[in-house]
Amino acid sequence: MTAMQHVSLGSHYAVHLPAPDDFIFWRERARGLVQCDVPPDRVSWIEPGGTGDLFASEGPSRGEKRLPVPPADPRPVRASQRFLTIARSAALHSDPARFGLLYRVLWRLQRNPRLMEDKADPEVRRIEELAKSVRRDAHKMHAFVRFREVAEEDGTPHFVAWFEPDHHIVRAEAAFFMRRFANMRWSILTPRGSIHWDGEVMREGPPARREDAPGGDPVEDLWRSYYASIFNPARLKVGAMLSEMPKKYWKNLPEAELIPQLIAGAQAREAAMVKAGEREERRRPASLAEVAQGAAACRDCPIADCGTRAVAGEGALDAALMIVGEQPGDQEDLAGRPFVGPAGQLLDDHLTHAGIDRNAAYVTNAVKHFKFAWKGKHRLHQSPAAKEIDTCRWWLEAERALVQPRLVLALGASAARGLLGRTVSVGRERGRAIMLDDGAELWVTVHPSYLLRLEGAAREEQARLFAADLAAVKERLAELAG
Amino acid sequence: MVQQSLRQKLEILADAAKYDASCASSGTAKKNSLGGKGVGSTEGMGICHAYAPDGRCISLLKILLTNHCIFDCHYCINRKSSNVARARFTPQEVVDLTLNFYRRNYIEGLFLSSGIVKNANHTMEQLVEVARILREEHDFRGYIHLKTIPEADAEIIHAAGLYADRVSINVELPTDTGLTRLAPDKNARQIEGAMGRTKARIVQAKDERKRFRHAPRFAPAGQSTQMIVGADDASDSAIIGKASRLYGDFGLRRVYYSAFSPIPDASAVLPLKRPPLLREHRLYQSDWLMRFYGFAPQEVADAAEADGNLPLDIDPKLAWALKFRESFPVDVNRAPKELLLRVPGLGTKAVARILASRRHRNLRLDDVARLTASVTKVRPFICTIDWRPTLLTDRADLRGLLTPRSEQLELF
Repeated sequence: MTAMQHVSLGSHYAVHLPAPDDFIFWRERARGLVQCDVPPDRVSWIEPGGTGDLFASEGPSRGEKRLPVPPADPRPVRASQRFLTIARSAALHSDPARFGLLYRVLWRLQRNPRLMEDKADPEVRRIEELAKSVRRDAHKMHAFVRFREVAEEDGTPHFVAWFEPDHHIVRAEAAFFMRRFANMRWSILTPRGSIHWDGEVMREGPPARREDAPGGDPVEDLWRSYYASIFNPARLKVGAMLSEMPKKYWKNLPEAELIPQLIAGAQAREAAMVKAGEREERRRPASLAEVAQGAAACRDCPIADCGTRAVAGEGALDAALMIVGEQPGDQEDLAGRPFVGPAGQLLDDHLTHAGIDRNAAYVTNAVKHFKFAWKGKHRLHQSPAAKEIDTCRWWLEAERALVQPRLVLALGASAARGLLGRTVSVGRERGRAIMLDDGAELWVTVHPSYLLRLEGAAREEQARLFAADLAAVKERLAELAG
Repeated sequence: MVQQSLRQKLEILADAAKYDASCASSGTAKKNSLGGKGVGSTEGMGICHAYAPDGRCISLLKILLTNHCIFDCHYCINRKSSNVARARFTPQEVVDLTLNFYRRNYIEGLFLSSGIVKNANHTMEQLVEVARILREEHDFRGYIHLKTIPEADAEIIHAAGLYADRVSINVELPTDTGLTRLAPDKNARQIEGAMGRTKARIVQAKDERKRFRHAPRFAPAGQSTQMIVGADDASDSAIIGKASRLYGDFGLRRVYYSAFSPIPDASAVLPLKRPPLLREHRLYQSDWLMRFYGFAPQEVADAAEADGNLPLDIDPKLAWALKFRESFPVDVNRAPKELLLRVPGLGTKAVARILASRRHRNLRLDDVARLTASVTKVRPFICTIDWRPTLLTDRADLRGLLTPRSEQLELF
């Protein structure tokens, strides 16, 4: 019996596939049909429950179910490795015309073995597209399956997920989940069938409904918290999210219910982030008078709301030495001038002793407002916080840019932070120069109020060190001037 | 202080970690949980399990062990002087979270970083402890990315690489002066020294694997780094130059760019404005040009404008093509792969398709249209047997023709 006896001119064949994802069955039937020289337009491929391809209305009824038998010495059917790889994926697509298309390409491959290289060919392009969307669907299944834990009767945990794939990928992807969760008991339920793994054996089950899957899992609350916290509202890019996580997947993702409120709240959150440390791109003050005005009106930190006035710096605009204290005290606030209280008087004494002319220097503070707490009738000095010093740096930097001193003397750690932007240890840094960005030298020593708080021998010792620091500054100033 | 719940800690420590750009889980050694006791697999390709509305992929549980920090880096929300809520996980809490999320298929693994507490060594030991518990006690075979602290001892960093798939050290800022100014506690030499040592370990471990099948793996997914864009005044050219040096010197898998976001409680020395997302995007595009399109760093820098920055309205490849029009048009039927890769609008996949197809036919413009995403973008720079862009490449207004239209105006 030869093939030609069966393939009478004009007969039409219908191949009924046992399952929509049965590539091996298709491959065997297709091989036989090619060996019998049955051209693509004489074959209909019919899925279970389906009506075949586009010609189905006439196909199945007309088509003969008995397929031709290949000759005893069939010639080999050839297909490139590339075709096999692509076809294996494309066969899982939900397009009912896929098996017909695959058969047409297989048919053409017999005459042109390198057909798959011709990417501009419409049919090659089409099966590449089918394979691509199946791969994408599989990838999304790896990503978006969400297990929920239920306790079995024997107390062991069972992880169950509900997923809705676009294509017939469930059986093909079972191996991925087995490799990943080999020692877990899990089930994935889908409308196209289910798979169950008990730690040793994989079982297949019938299509399932959403109600068959568990309704929740307490860990999902933690996951939602994580999802909301890892999102950066300053970088809203909804389009980028939607292209990778289209809305059709949202209904089965526990975190997706947060998306609308996260997007809606993003702009407000970003505005709040900027507002929290608001410092618009404002113009740097052009004169010391502008610094004084600006600092007086400044409400960037809470100290400004204490009801005190801003104490501006004072001194020569061309001063070679700039002396920076911490913040105005009670008396400075009342007088509106820096270093006029007890600490100021002590400073004056030491400056005179060291031979430094205060009137030739520019004297100011790292923080312009007096920060205090009421204690009875007295306003008690409070140290400014690092954040407040950093906020007030704007004004100090502006003063430094205008005066351009060759040497800056910072009294205490707060002043040093105002100039450096970081906290340094006075004990470690005193007695030597630190270079600032603009080439000026920063010398750090203690604040005179520190000496006022000490008594006896300790005060003697610290006063001696303070005087030595000032003497070193005096010497360095002379060198810089020379 | 009131005891924080696990959920509150997670909120604080995930929030603190969101400024790290990397979430990649790809390119590591293949492994799975068959024959083991725990869960986990890595199969080469990373998986993004969710996307946040900022368009970023969520692949790993990205958290800090703690956001307490003794450093005072201005661009960082967790710096010592910042006024944010602080929290601290125990290593066991991180392990439990990771496994609970992993079993439900929320994540590919863990990306753990930390603020510096006590000192660098103590902090690094805690990070390694988390990885050790996951790998040794739970036989976890998913992905682990550990941020390493350059100030820590080499032996502890080495232990990190033995457990982790990937290790990373952030260079933070493109220039040394920027680093000194904004991250006063960090030191560029120290960072590069640690990256150099890590590279040497990776190379050594690969070599040992070739000789001995059971030699331990060391960071099989390599090392990466991150640079903050827009916090200092470094130009795009400077950033590209720095990135290409990093790729060359330290064999990095990736250099991540992170547009500087305004952070709550920001330091006063930083710009407070919208993060330059488009600039970040252009830098990634230039990164791709160097890694996949055969552009030399200098050539990408040539595409930049006079101020050293890449144009924002067009992509760097188009900018390069418009500057060097003498290289075009390219004949898609004859040109070598290197030249095809230079054509704006042709990606690596389209080029591969053209090379395969032209063995079978002489390509017409219609064929090219089937092989590429957008033929309009490609057309001015190619010739086919039925198409030649007469005069088009010489037109002075070509840039205007090719620049993507800005958004359409609303009806008035």
